Amino acid sequence: MTPQPKLSLRGLCKRYGALVVTDDLSLDVQRGTIHAVIGPNGAGKTSLLNQIFGSVTPDAGSVWLDGRDITDLPIHRRARLGLIRSFQIVSILPEFSVLENVALAAQAKAGSSFRFFRAAARETVLNDAARLALAKVGLTTVETTIAGGLSHGEKRQLELAIALAAQPGLLLLDEPLAGAGVEEAARLIGILRALAGECTIVLVEHDMDAVFALADTVTVLAEGRILASGSPAEIRQDAAVRAVYLGDTC
Amino acid sequence: MRLPPSVPIFLLLAMPLVLPLGAHAGYVFDLGARIAILGIAALSLNFLLGAGGLVSFGHAAYLAIGAYGVAILDANAIHNAAVVVPVVLAASLVFSLPTGAVALRTRGVNFIMITLAFSQMVYFAAGSLADYGGDDGYTLTARTTWFHAKPLATPYGFYATCVALLLGCYLLCRAMVASRFGRALRAIRQDRQRVQGLGINPFSIQLTAIAIGGMMAALAGALLANAAEFASPAYAAWQRSGDLLIMVILGGAGSVHGAILGAAAVVLAEEALGSVTEHWRILYGPLLVLAVIFFRGGLAGIGRPKG
Ligand SMILES: Nc1ncnc2c1ncn2[C@@H]1O[C@H](COP(=O)(O)OP(=O)(O)OP(=O)(O)O)[C@@H](O)[C@H]1O
Ligand SMILES: [Mg+2]
Repeated sequence: MTPQPKLSLRGLCKRYGALVVTDDLSLDVQRGTIHAVIGPNGAGKTSLLNQIFGSVTPDAGSVWLDGRDITDLPIHRRARLGLIRSFQIVSILPEFSVLENVALAAQAKAGSSFRFFRAAARETVLNDAARLALAKVGLTTVETTIAGGLSHGEKRQLELAIALAAQPGLLLLDEPLAGAGVEEAARLIGILRALAGECTIVLVEHDMDAVFALADTVTVLAEGRILASGSPAEIRQDAAVRAVYLGDTC
Repeated sequence: MRLPPSVPIFLLLAMPLVLPLGAHAGYVFDLGARIAILGIAALSLNFLLGAGGLVSFGHAAYLAIGAYGVAILDANAIHNAAVVVPVVLAASLVFSLPTGAVALRTRGVNFIMITLAFSQMVYFAAGSLADYGGDDGYTLTARTTWFHAKPLATPYGFYATCVALLLGCYLLCRAMVASRFGRALRAIRQDRQRVQGLGINPFSIQLTAIAIGGMMAALAGALLANAAEFASPAYAAWQRSGDLLIMVILGGAGSVHGAILGAAAVVLAEEALGSVTEHWRILYGPLLVLAVIFFRGGLAGIGRPKG
């Protein structure tokens, strides 16, 4: 008997006019693994994450989390089930301090936001959880900085800290290494590897070294369809993949 | 340590209560009560706009709802605040929850227009209340009481009550903005999907904010009716909604106390310019433009370091 997958996609379809971005796509992501999704620009990777996340409704097909059909659930209900994402275009709250950005994630995780009187900034439980996540990504020294003023690299780290503080069961990462320097990338890879023990990760990434270093399974997407799926070693050997994808980038 | 800016504001508002005013007492208490009442209304709009980014162009509807709550109970010989206040707050909820739910389906300019449309509905509905004066409005037979006490009967008592309520609303707004709820509300203004992606429902947070802001403004409306001993459809007029927006923006939507400064500035400017010329709005317009251009962050931003 195979264990229940963390995430299952069944016959997912999405088109914009004549453009098919997701083409009858079915996929299982096993619990506790890092599942990489790679593919050329415009392959439909972000669109796929959007449909799992809930910001885009598929034209057909279904999304299952822990054996439960979540296709019709709004974004916040999915998040409450532990489905958290980071965005390809950094999405932080520019007016909040670094700490408050992460404390909000801790607050959302901790339960009710319907508390009206106690100052949230003085809730040590939330601040402690936030500081823990900031320490993991190495942003401790800038916790009082207004997030809008961070460098691009720091914003990416903050984005990851927000996701960590939300304590995801399933984490969707859209190119978390984009624009990171060699040193930063190495650090982020270390964080992701440590995280893999605690949750399931769907990783969209162009950095092939990172993908092959981290992933348990790699799925190659092209024009909204799965070209190949398998272990990193299998994907490296796959002739079709080499022709379509690895061939023209490496 | 720097004094919070709200302290001098409330000390100033308390001064008429302890200083001998002599012959000017009636005038000062009248003017002061107007500042305090509109200050409450502006605070409530500022809660929606400043914290929530919800630009309501129909907030005056709640003034009319509060005022007509008082008027209709007055016609039924009910004056006790223990009944009047709960009825007024409940009436504001009956309006805010359905209209807010509809308005929140829209964003930006559409949100502004839909709140305006709902307030116009209140305006015309109030004018159609034939039993309560129709377009002419309704004159109260008596002011609101507190069981057998009549704190609103004297100018001093009325002013003191208004300032106390203003202080209460100010402290409430400040606490709410800093609370978990306020943090979620401020976050949604910046990036709705980011917040929703963490598991917070933006719709229920914003609708709750609208309900709270509406109750506070309805309370101001009840006081307004008591001040004039009169309720009129004009309380819901769109010009009044515009005045409230001006108070909030002039005062500085980035701070809670700015709304009180904005209300004071508008009431005092009206008073000063109105005695110079009956066409005072001609002067009032350019003054407003200058104020918005030169006081970034509003009146509350004056003297604050730029950053
Ligand atoms: N809302 C939309 N309306 C129309 N077309 C869209 C929309 N969203 C995405 N597309 C198109 O769908 C295709 C897939 O886009 P998607 O962002 O999913 O690609 P991707 O694999 O993430 O690419 P990249 O590697 O550049 O991030 C692209 O051609 C894109 O232009
Ligand atoms: Mg993409």
